[in-house]
Amino acid sequence: MKSMINVMRRELAGYFATPVAYVFLIIFLVMTGIFTFYLGNFYERGFADLDPFFRFHPWLYLFLVPAISMRLWAEERRSGTIELLFTLPLTTVQAVLGKFFAAWIFIGMALVLTAPMWVTVNYLGGPDNGVIVAAYLGSWLMAGGFLAIGSCMSALTRNQVVAFILSVVVCFLFLLSGLPMVMNLFNSWAPQIMLDGIASLSFLKHFADISKGVIDLRDLIYFALVTGFWLFANVLILDMKKAD
Amino acid sequence: MIEARALTKHYGSITAVEDLSFTVQPGQVLGFLGPNGAGKSTTMKMLTGFLTPTSGTALINGIDVVDDSVSARKLIGYLPEGAPSYGEMTVLQFLNFVARARLIEESSLAASVNTVIQKLNLSEVVHQPVETLSKGFKRRVGLAQAIVHDPQILILDEPTDGLDPNQKREVRHLIKDMAKDKIIIISTHILEEVEALCNRIMIIAHGRLLADDTPHGLIARSRYNNTVSLVVEAAEKVASVLSELPQVSRAELDDGELTLFPAGSEGLFEAVTAAINENQWQVSALRLEAGRLDEVFHSITRREASA
Repeated sequence: MKSMINVMRRELAGYFATPVAYVFLIIFLVMTGIFTFYLGNFYERGFADLDPFFRFHPWLYLFLVPAISMRLWAEERRSGTIELLFTLPLTTVQAVLGKFFAAWIFIGMALVLTAPMWVTVNYLGGPDNGVIVAAYLGSWLMAGGFLAIGSCMSALTRNQVVAFILSVVVCFLFLLSGLPMVMNLFNSWAPQIMLDGIASLSFLKHFADISKGVIDLRDLIYFALVTGFWLFANVLILDMKKAD
Repeated sequence: MIEARALTKHYGSITAVEDLSFTVQPGQVLGFLGPNGAGKSTTMKMLTGFLTPTSGTALINGIDVVDDSVSARKLIGYLPEGAPSYGEMTVLQFLNFVARARLIEESSLAASVNTVIQKLNLSEVVHQPVETLSKGFKRRVGLAQAIVHDPQILILDEPTDGLDPNQKREVRHLIKDMAKDKIIIISTHILEEVEALCNRIMIIAHGRLLADDTPHGLIARSRYNNTVSLVVEAAEKVASVLSELPQVSRAELDDGELTLFPAGSEGLFEAVTAAINENQWQVSALRLEAGRLDEVFHSITRREASA
């Protein structure tokens, strides 16, 4: 636990020692603003809720989370610090979790900084704040899923650009798997149980459920499983090929 | 104590280290000497738990590096090749991170970190990001992180690589100071370094152990061991006179320097000085050679390459 927190603290401090943190936070806030007000028609809709705000989170995360996660392990490989890290007395699991939590907490900070949006909607009308809390939670859980994928992809290579592209592609598949354009490919021939399986993998569907304000245990378990699976794969990849 | 048992590492079809066994006792400063790509770094990476051996294992004070890697790592301080560090952190942040990872208690953390900062003269740069430092300072930061927990076993992969001569001297002094009751393994391809630092040398090439001896013992293997060299006027004439002496087996003249090889085990130097006095030769340099490590190294690693 102590070792994990030590890794997490180092990583988190690392974000703020470089421009990474500030660039990410600013772009995240600007983009959420643009999406909410221009594409989401926040004012014109005439509803006091944050649906236009949360609706675009999956698409923002698709690019912004891999931008955070791409350096997690690729950078350690490139600079050789991976050798330093894994000759310290800590386990691969502690290192992976430490880095993951650092990045996840950082994205949590970005979400907290969008609070003025919440204040605004409360000023303009009387939204259901329970739904908004649930949606924030859902958004953060979904970010965790994206992060776990990105962290795993980053462990595969020493090149951050490759890590970024791999992450975006895998995240994209997870996002799309529930959409009609993907489902149509399978509809004609796949059995129903497989269709349900593919559809239930979708981040979008589970996020949509939570952001309606319904916190269903199945959705929570889904995100926990996806995150756990990719972090587990991450540990395996590191244990199998640390050196190159 | 370090005990390597038949350490072997393959990368695909390439054999990096083959069946390497040795033990190292406290007080020993062991130098891994070998050409680039000989398997020195790979061996160190297996000892420190970074790489898992393809077969074989090593015991660090009785703890198996394969079965209980984390416990074994606690006992070791390690400077990886190139002294990697987290560039964006300041020296102090970096050393604090390593000290915490080394499980040093929070109450003695500051003292431990301060000690190594003093030892390696890092006080003037503690608040600078590591990436802004010169090569010499970076290497010292790497050494500092390796000894922050005062390990009993220290493994240093090319500790003086890329340093200027003064910095090399400093680092060697530091290693010598620590050597008394520790086990230290350094790897290098700099011959003068092993001569200056180590009391034991292992020559490794193509992943195999070719020689394991004291610097003295290795040097004695040189064909120049106990030869007498001199620089003298009219060297050719002198050579023909001296080679008549019973104590001289052969004389070689190379670039103005005359080297005389002994016939027996004793008396060559005395015989040569006597002959010089007798004949009133104008000698500008005269010495008894112990041997040349570079020549031993060359012949041992070459023999391997041609075999």
